[in-house]
Formats: sequence, C-alpha cells, structure tokens
Amino acid sequence: MKETQTIQNKKESTTTAVRISGSEAVVRCLLEEGVKVLYGYPGGAIMPVYDELYKYQDKIHHVLARHEQCAAHAAQGYARISGEVGVAIATSGPGATNLITGIADAQIDSTPLVCITGQVASHLLGSDAFQETDIVGISTPVTKWNCQITKASDIPEVLAKAFYIAKSGRPGPVLIDITKDAQFEEFDFAYKKCKGVRSYNPIPKTEKSSLEAAAKLINAAKKPLVVWGQGVILSEAEEAFKAVIEKAGIPSAWTILGASAIPTSHPLNIGMVGMHGNYAPNVLTNECDLLIAIGMRFDDRVTGNLATYAKQAKVIHFEIDPAEINKNVKADVAVLGDAKASLEAILPLINKNTHAEWHQKFKDLYAVEYEKVIKNDLHPTKEGLTMGEVLNQINIQSKGEAAIVSDVGQHQMIACRYAEFNQTKSNITSGGLGTMGFGLPAAIGAKMARPEREVVSISGDGGYQMTIQELGTIFQQKAAVKVVVLNNDFLGMVRQWQQLFFDKRYASTEMVNPNFVAIAEGYYIRARKVTKREELAEAVAEMMASKEAYFLEVCVEKEDNVFPMIPTGASVSDIRLE
Amino acid sequence: MSTDKQLFTVSVYTENNIGLLNRISAIFQRRHINIESLNTSPSEIESVSRFTIVVNMTEDNMKKIIGQIEKQVEVIKAFYHTEEEIIYQESCIFKMKSGLLFDEREIQNIIKESNARIVTVNRDFFVIEKSGRKEEIELLYRELSAFGIMQFTRSGRIAVSKEEMKISTMLEAFQA
Repeated sequence: MKETQTIQNKKESTTTAVRISGSEAVVRCLLEEGVKVLYGYPGGAIMPVYDELYKYQDKIHHVLARHEQCAAHAAQGYARISGEVGVAIATSGPGATNLITGIADAQIDSTPLVCITGQVASHLLGSDAFQETDIVGISTPVTKWNCQITKASDIPEVLAKAFYIAKSGRPGPVLIDITKDAQFEEFDFAYKKCKGVRSYNPIPKTEKSSLEAAAKLINAAKKPLVVWGQGVILSEAEEAFKAVIEKAGIPSAWTILGASAIPTSHPLNIGMVGMHGNYAPNVLTNECDLLIAIGMRFDDRVTGNLATYAKQAKVIHFEIDPAEINKNVKADVAVLGDAKASLEAILPLINKNTHAEWHQKFKDLYAVEYEKVIKNDLHPTKEGLTMGEVLNQINIQSKGEAAIVSDVGQHQMIACRYAEFNQTKSNITSGGLGTMGFGLPAAIGAKMARPEREVVSISGDGGYQMTIQELGTIFQQKAAVKVVVLNNDFLGMVRQWQQLFFDKRYASTEMVNPNFVAIAEGYYIRARKVTKREELAEAVAEMMASKEAYFLEVCVEKEDNVFPMIPTGASVSDIRLE
Repeated sequence: MSTDKQLFTVSVYTENNIGLLNRISAIFQRRHINIESLNTSPSEIESVSRFTIVVNMTEDNMKKIIGQIEKQVEVIKAFYHTEEEIIYQESCIFKMKSGLLFDEREIQNIIKESNARIVTVNRDFFVIEKSGRKEEIELLYRELSAFGIMQFTRSGRIAVSKEEMKISTMLEAFQA
C-alpha cells in the first residue's frame, strides 16, 4: 500500500490505538465491522489468525467447513438471506484456490463477500514456496477488488476498505491476501470505518431528466411490462417497487435472482422470464410496447436471441452499474442510480392505470401453460413422482415462509418456477455462474444468518454429491437445515439437452448413486427416502416439523424434462411448451 | 459508422496500485481484443497514474469497454478518443553499425530530414532516436533497414487530448 492511501479514502475513527499483532488486528477489524460468523478452513499460512479466532471465540463464531469452496458458498448464503457481508477465510495455496469458485459465483451474482487468505511470508513471495500461489493474480478477474497485505499496519485500512467496497453500490466479492509475517508483526492498531474511496463511485447520480423521460414513457404505454432482478432486493427497494407497479398497474416478471422480492401471490407478479420461465412473460416480451428493466442485466438466459428480443418495445433500464447500460439491450431511457431511490422518486411522476386488457393476455397464456405444463408438474396423474409435486408439498407445509436454497439443474428450475414466497431474500440460488454444489453449503450459511427461518436446501443427485461432505458441517454446527434431494439418477438438465439436441446420446449423465439415507445417517442426521406418491405429503410434513436437520431423498421420474424451454439461440417468443 | 472498426486511444486515470495493470489488461484479454500499444506513466496530478492504451475496435464496443474499465474500483476515470481528438507521439530507437555513418553519407540526410537525432556514437555502433507519429517512424524504419539495423524498438503511444478531461475537478469533489 502507498502512503497516499490516506488521502484516497474517507474514514471515521472508532478506536484509539493499541499495540497488537496483525493477526489480532484482523479479528478486531471483523468485530468492528459487526461480523458474528465467518466460514473457513485453517492451514499453515493463516494459523496466526486462527490462533486469535480461538482467543476471541466468545465474540466471533468460526464455522469449520469441510472444503474451502463451501466456506465461500456458506458465506454467500449468509449474505444473500441477510443482506450483510459474508466472510470466508482460508489458508494460502490450495485453500485460497478452493475459494475461487465461490468468489466467481459471488462476482456474477453481485453478492457481498470479504474473503481473507493467508499467504507465505513476504520474503518468500515469488520463490515457489510451500503452498504459495498468486491468489491476487488468480482472483483478479473474479473479484470486485483485491489486495495483498505485507505490512501489519496496512491491515485496518485495507479491511475497512474491503467491507466498504464489498457492500456498497453493486455488491461483490473482495479478497484480501495477508502474508504470514504481516500477521505476526505488531503495530499500533486503530480502526476507522471506510466512508468512501476517491476513485470509486458506488452509486451514480440519478438524473432528474431520466426519471421524467421514464415516467413519460410509462404514462404513455399501452402494454408495459416490468422485468425486475436482484437489484430490487439488493437495494431493499421491495416496497417502493410494489408501490410503482401497483400505481401504474404493470404486469411484472422476475429473473431467477429477483424472485421473492414481492410475494408470489401478488396479482401483478406474472412469473419468471428466461429459458425455463413462464410462458406469458416470455411470449409477451415480444409484444409489449414498453419494457421496464429494474436491477437486472439482460443475461442471455433471460433474453434468448438478442436480435429478436423486445425489438418492438421501448426500453427503460433502472440500473446502478453504468457498465450494464446498453451492454446487451439498448436502453431508450437509462435511469442510473439506486433502485430504491429511483423508484421512490418516480412514483409521484407516474399516472394511475390498470391495463386490464393487457393483463388478460397474461392470464390467457397462463391458462395455456397451466394446462400443458403446470398441472402435470404439480398434480401429476402418471405413476412416477415429479419434482414439481415435491415443491408443491413444500409450499403447502411452509405456507410460503421458507427460504428455498437450490442447487443447479432441473430441480433448480422447478424450485424457482414453483416455490411460493411471502418474504423477500428467500430464493437463494446460483444464477449467473450456475455452480453445482452451491445449494447445500449456501443453505448452511442462510440458516446460521437467520436461525428463526425455515431453510430448505433443494438439490439434485448430481450437485448434491459435489459438496455432500458439508453434512459434516451441518452436524457439527447443529444447523437445522432441511435437505431435500430430488433424485432421478441422472444429471438431469444435461440429459434433457442430450435428449433434445444430441439425439439421446446420454454421455456420462447417468449416475449410479450411493445410499443417500445411509450417508446422512452416517453424519447422525435424521433421514428418509420416499419413492411413492402416497408417502410424500407425510414425509415432507415430518421434515418440516423437525427441529433439527433432516434429510429427505425423493426418487423422482428419471427422464422428465423441464418445460417451458427457450432453446439456445431461439427467441423468447419461440418458447416451447413440450 | 459506429459498427466500423477504428483506432481509439484510451486514457485511464487511476490510483497507483499494484495489480491494476492486470485488472485493466484482463478486460481486453477476456473479450479477445488485441491491445495495439499500452503505456503507463505518472499524470499531471500527484499520485495519480495514467494509462494510454491504443485499440482497434468499433465505437459501440469501445463504449462498453470504457464502462468495464471505469467499473474497476481504483480507476478514477476513463476516456476514449479518435485520432483527430488527440495529439500523440511515439518514440523509437535504432542501433546501427558506426561504419555506416562514414560509408553511407545518405544516412546523415535521412536522419536530418526525418527530424531524428543521434543519441550516441562509439567505435562499434551509433544510436538514432526519433519521436513522431507511427507513419513517420515506419518510414524511417523502411529507409534505414536498407543499411542493416542491429536493433530496433518502438515505444507505445502517448497522447494528450485536445479537450479537457477534468480529473482534478472530480478528485476535489471527493475531498469536499
């Protein structure tokens, strides 16, 4: 770090100086930032910090994950359900590289994380020392910011900056790498929270003219459609958002990460957009006259073929990150800034409306989707169990109050399509990166952040086995996570693609699975397996009633497909129902 | 037409921190964009660094890249300019055999006419330095190559914009 650092950051002093080691400073910085739980795995280069965590264990709870990747995912789950910064910690070399998948996931899904890694002593840097890896170099493309510390005296300022950057503006992961000698070194510690970094503008200024132009388009629109994303949740704009869509009477659809911002049952909530989203919002994206995107980034899984995406519509883009404007879809009006502030500011500028005729179109198409897809998913008459009916039972038992933490694949699409939410921050899933193995560890983090909430982890048999060892963390932490595996003995989503696009050549997608119940029981977790419809409702009820962790395996139809589906490269309006 | 590729000179004002070069070059590398030249130096503002990057791309993509560069925490501001909007220079050095200075009188004329200068002469070799636009340097290279060049190297472009870039105003606004 440079001397100039001091003029680059705005700070607020909260402590007076005391002489302590760098490693103790790390823990005291975490305490200053209000961190109560962190997830990690010890090792040589981070041992001094662990020694301090031992001394401070009455103030800060360290959760021993069974793999550093899972420490990162647990920190993500913690952040996603609470809105606070998740913290993960690991040693140098493989400990640090194992964090990378979680960091990359947090980067693409805008999750605030601070990851701390130990590093070999500074005199060994670049010498290919034991467990040395260039983690700052490796993590650069997948972090919002990163920094290596080689002097203890830099620790408070850099960690303060790390928390500030992770949480402010569009959130993201930050990695701080600390050499072992800096952890041992003593210095005069004083903590000042970071209030600003001169080269970094977290929330761009909202131009009044952009709000006026947006309101004008909204007021003139005959067939407006809102597509909202996680930005609504991250800026805690749920109420302001609801007020705007209710006043203007606009049908509103969500991206996978936007789910749960308003209740599933809200009359203006018309479902999910994208590859496996609902029929009506996808088809009518190409019929609306105004598309209002709020806190979303037009991911390719949302837009399908951009050349045929909403070409007939004017586009308003509410967005905090200027780099997202015109990146994929050209905005006629870009409203830069924080979603909550912008939505509150635009509310008085928009006219009351109902758009009844336009709403009817969504209802009509929903009826088509219900008949062709939803009915058979939720209330099947065929013999095999469907993933949808499991979700239906979870909805009935949870009354929409559970946080659903899904993994990646078919079950994820089913969970996102059918889970009912009454509370915000309740749909926790790996959206952008599509990280199999995310679900189970993220559920642990979510449950520990919000122990009063029901947290249901839903995985497939593939992704579950990528991080299955975290059952050990559940057991050790007594985290009352409800773990559901929807087992079809296949990597179902890949198999579905093989069926549809590769002439049913099922290359390496069939899974020969172990006795999942025995594995859960091996970790002393109550477990049950369901193979018949008659047992399902009662088994789900038993799971939800459990005060402790519970594992439920449901053997579902092996070769079911998820529909609707927009094939890659197709237009949103060419969505297939079968 | 913004869909035609053209040369842009990107000026990036940044904090002077280790690792930022990596972050910025990764933005280009990830999108498979070749950097024609890259130069880093101090700027007119104390403790603020300046990158000068030359790329060949469409204006639409250039705008997206500027957005990605500005998104980096330690980037204060990034600008892009067309060839007409900047004053730019490159520099090059030729090492040649000393004997040529006496045997080939034409070399003296080439040096004079091209506004190059001789930096040093010793028994074995002499060194010519030339600053100017890319075409001038290429012309000099072609002229000298007939005589045999021992070593040649050219620097990246450095440029100033004709319009003001107002970095100081931005930094003062932060301090306020």
